[in-house]
Amino acid sequence: MKATRDSFGEELALLGEKDKRIVVLDADLSKSTKSEKFAKKFPDRFFEMGIAEANMISTAAGLGMSGKVAFACSFGCFLTGRYDQIRMSVAYNRANVKLIGTHAGIAIGEDGHSQMGLEDVGLLRALPEFSIYQPADDQETRAIIRYVTNDPQPCYIRLTRQKLPTLYKDAFEFKPGLWSVLSKGSKVALIGTGGLVHSLAEANAKMGSKFTVVNAASLKPIDTKLLTELSANYEWIVTAEDHYTIGGLGSAVAEFIAELPANQRKARLHRIGVETFGESGSPEEIYRHYKLDGEGMAERLKKAIAA
Amino acid sequence: MHTQRIENTDARAKSLRSTILKMIHAGKSGHPGGSFSCLDIIMTLFDGILRHDPKNPTWENRDRLILSKGHGVPALYAVLAEVGYFPKDWLMTLRQLGSPLQGHPDRIRMPATEAATGSLGQGLSIAQGIAMAAKLDGSDYHTYCVIGDGETQEGQIWEVAMSAPKFKLDNLTVITDYNRGQIDGKTDDVMSLEPLGAKWKAFNWNVVEVDGHDRAALKKVLPTRVAGKPTMIIANTVKGKGVSFMEGVIDWHGVAPDDDQLKKACSELEGVSK
Repeated sequence: MKATRDSFGEELALLGEKDKRIVVLDADLSKSTKSEKFAKKFPDRFFEMGIAEANMISTAAGLGMSGKVAFACSFGCFLTGRYDQIRMSVAYNRANVKLIGTHAGIAIGEDGHSQMGLEDVGLLRALPEFSIYQPADDQETRAIIRYVTNDPQPCYIRLTRQKLPTLYKDAFEFKPGLWSVLSKGSKVALIGTGGLVHSLAEANAKMGSKFTVVNAASLKPIDTKLLTELSANYEWIVTAEDHYTIGGLGSAVAEFIAELPANQRKARLHRIGVETFGESGSPEEIYRHYKLDGEGMAERLKKAIAA
Repeated sequence: MHTQRIENTDARAKSLRSTILKMIHAGKSGHPGGSFSCLDIIMTLFDGILRHDPKNPTWENRDRLILSKGHGVPALYAVLAEVGYFPKDWLMTLRQLGSPLQGHPDRIRMPATEAATGSLGQGLSIAQGIAMAAKLDGSDYHTYCVIGDGETQEGQIWEVAMSAPKFKLDNLTVITDYNRGQIDGKTDDVMSLEPLGAKWKAFNWNVVEVDGHDRAALKKVLPTRVAGKPTMIIANTVKGKGVSFMEGVIDWHGVAPDDDQLKKACSELEGVSK
């Protein structure tokens, strides 16, 4: 079990040894985003920007436009709260900036709504020439961090505060636009991202392991090849994300399959996400209450697809 | 050192103002007031102060000029064409479909603009990032950034006011085009910046004041440096400078002249009716 923010911090500190282009900025949350691991090792390449995220993001753009690979870190909600700086300074300038948004979703628990990134993917998905990735375990996080370091395009990486189980034992090479099929079944395809991949896998096990479970780490671009196949051959596609139901993975899937030719549009779609503002509670209680844990997810599935 | 210098004379300043107005007229929109107020600053930067190479706009060791008040870009385009970055006949394509001369700076279509700006407040942070990269790399290029007075009302400007001294960015020079006007009225009425110099001093900047249309004075102060501190040059300017019926008139912030106004302005600037 490991939080993807911890995997990020460790991998970045490793990469920093070989790749001197890497610079890291944080806005007084380095202990929480885990960028402090890099900061301790490479103080000259770490910039503490104080509680001033707008300045941090545009400054990262300047660094990214000057030969650096700039990682700008904060909670996802605080980064995307500075949407104009992302839209203009980073995206439009095609600056080599990696926005690291931790504390995704209601899973953060006790801190409550103000600290929860719930619309981050929806906001950023609209930007051209901009990628969004959300890993679901330790190795995947490391693979994504390695990949984006060598890709000049700006991107957003969505990370969790909570610990997640292991999906991939060994190191691998991340490929954008390619989702991974974790278990193969029939009739129902369960597509999750981040922490909810695990809830879906648990629900599938509770229901007899008869469905296909997919980990969608690449939220932009999405895996159009796999989606076309699922849409044409399955009865249901179910998406699950710790994000508002509007704007994120479910919306991306809906947009894509709605435009497929009629003969490839067989599967019906059910989207699982967050429908209300968040609230305080322990992460476990919250997931139980919002039916985003394995048990709750199984309840939802039974009701929705009457399988 | 690569340096293509502009002819920094009153006659050239007049001819460039005339060109800028023709560009805005051809583009049917644009910002004459703020382009005229920052023109002498930009001209002087290209009079041997900026180290640059028009043949190689992405030369690693060039000095950088970021026009954070992106709406003043017609002035920058006119000067860039004058020193040889692109053919002068491109100027009259300002704001037209397919033109590299976008309504606000776009570094992809026109690398010499260095950064896309126009959403105010952000260009200064970008300039800061560029100056930080120079420090990390041990490069000696200098970064200049022109901000507007109205732009200074953005909170992000004051975030940089705090951060640039922290990072000891003595390789960063910011020039405030203090023309005292913005779309909705006089800066003093809309949201006063005063005491502006004292504010920057209080944030630990090296602060210099200058007449932003006195190009000889600008030439003296623009290279000012103090070790360990960023420099803020407050350039007192006049919106619409150079054309009698535009000077100090807020309504010339963001409108193109009509045919008669263009003719009248150009005859003033060129001394003959065209």
